[in-house]
Amino acid sequence: MGVWHLTAVELEALKLSLWVSAWAVAVSLPAGVLTAWVLARGRFAGKHFLDGLVHLPLVLPPVVIGYLLLVLMGRNGVIGALLYEYLGIVVAFNWKGAALAAAVMAFPLMVRAVRLALESVDQGLEAAARTLGAGPWRVFFTITLPLIVPGIITGAILAFARSLGEFGATITFVSNIAGQTQTLPLALYTLTQVPDGEAAALRLCVLSVLIAMAALIFSEQVSRRFTRRLRGEQ
Amino acid sequence: MISVQVEKNQSGFMIQAEFQAPAKGVTALFGPSGAGKTSIINMVAGLLRPDSGHIQVNGRCLFDSRQGIDLPPERRGVGYVFQDGRLFPHLSVKSNLTYGMRGTPKEQRYVTFDQVVDLLGIGHLLDRRPARLSGGEKQRVAIGRALLANPSLLLMDEPLASLDGPRKAEVLPFIGRLAEAFAVPILYVSHAREEIESLAGTVLNVAAGGIVAADSGVAARSGPRAPVDAALPKAY
Repeated sequence: MGVWHLTAVELEALKLSLWVSAWAVAVSLPAGVLTAWVLARGRFAGKHFLDGLVHLPLVLPPVVIGYLLLVLMGRNGVIGALLYEYLGIVVAFNWKGAALAAAVMAFPLMVRAVRLALESVDQGLEAAARTLGAGPWRVFFTITLPLIVPGIITGAILAFARSLGEFGATITFVSNIAGQTQTLPLALYTLTQVPDGEAAALRLCVLSVLIAMAALIFSEQVSRRFTRRLRGEQ
Repeated sequence: MISVQVEKNQSGFMIQAEFQAPAKGVTALFGPSGAGKTSIINMVAGLLRPDSGHIQVNGRCLFDSRQGIDLPPERRGVGYVFQDGRLFPHLSVKSNLTYGMRGTPKEQRYVTFDQVVDLLGIGHLLDRRPARLSGGEKQRVAIGRALLANPSLLLMDEPLASLDGPRKAEVLPFIGRLAEAFAVPILYVSHAREEIESLAGTVLNVAAGGIVAADSGVAARSGPRAPVDAALPKAY
């Protein structure tokens, strides 16, 4: 077996990472767009508080977020108990919990990207659409949303890349269970704790770098293409 | 008949306007920059909320502070051609043109797509994106888009201001023709006397935030007419 050949455990960690990250993005995207819209356009008393709350995962130690999730969303947590009782959903110590932790940690990046795009939309265009008979919902879905697509793509891919790298909140909240919650960074961490793990650790390290770089380049390309198309240059 | 009486305190600058305009032809709001002309038609369009007053178009009340009526812009049936065009950059010319039309019930339409495209001479532009249009073409598309929403009143805010001389001459005749062809009343904001002289049947002079004088307002357009400059009462 060559040095660059992934073992079954490593392959499983890679697949789990992609799966968990995809779900983290899918779940947080609608909420992220809504939050960004509220922060960009809303005028209400608690706006600074909400802004701070959204940004907390960016500045708090990930372990704190993981612990808070454990307290709130665990089987006996305030929200976790309700989730289990009414929907039968358990997020503690399984991949759903890993996706939740990744979503929370990546949320500020997503919101920032979408909000930036929203703030650069010319509100005169929205006013023009209103005078053409479009109500607020039609304006949002036919004017605002298409114009912020590049920002949404950037936000989604940043969040995806951030989710792939999520470590602290995940290991605190859902632990390090192979095949369940052992994502790429957790597998890498495990390998550094055992003798003779260096080669495998290096493999996963290179793999992480490659995935992250690919995601960033892809996001830049796609968002540039969309921006060009919006400007009618294509 | 278009009847407007509005008051608005815009961070210290008082706008008080009271005027009536005929239900057909071009009525010009004429005055220097900063007089509040744009604010006045924004209030008519529903984009700016007056502090008090009322706005009626052909007997339909759009705003009345005493009765608590304030229709949102999309329910006013008031078309708006903006100074900067404001075409939707992500849509083709054709989709821009039909944006307002699609929301209008068939029985309420008084213009057809082909009529407007013919009149404005924009048939060859339909598949383009707004970014690929010249300034004059943009404004013609913007006029067509507003018209195709079948408004009962059309507002134009210095639609020629961003165009150079030849482009102006390209767009100006269309505006005159459209008021005649579709019998839609037009409120036309401008500070350029020559535009108004060639277009407007009625001229309302605006100075420092208020409509202060109207000329005799004969609807027939029989050549250039000079606006009457009346003595300006203090508007605030």
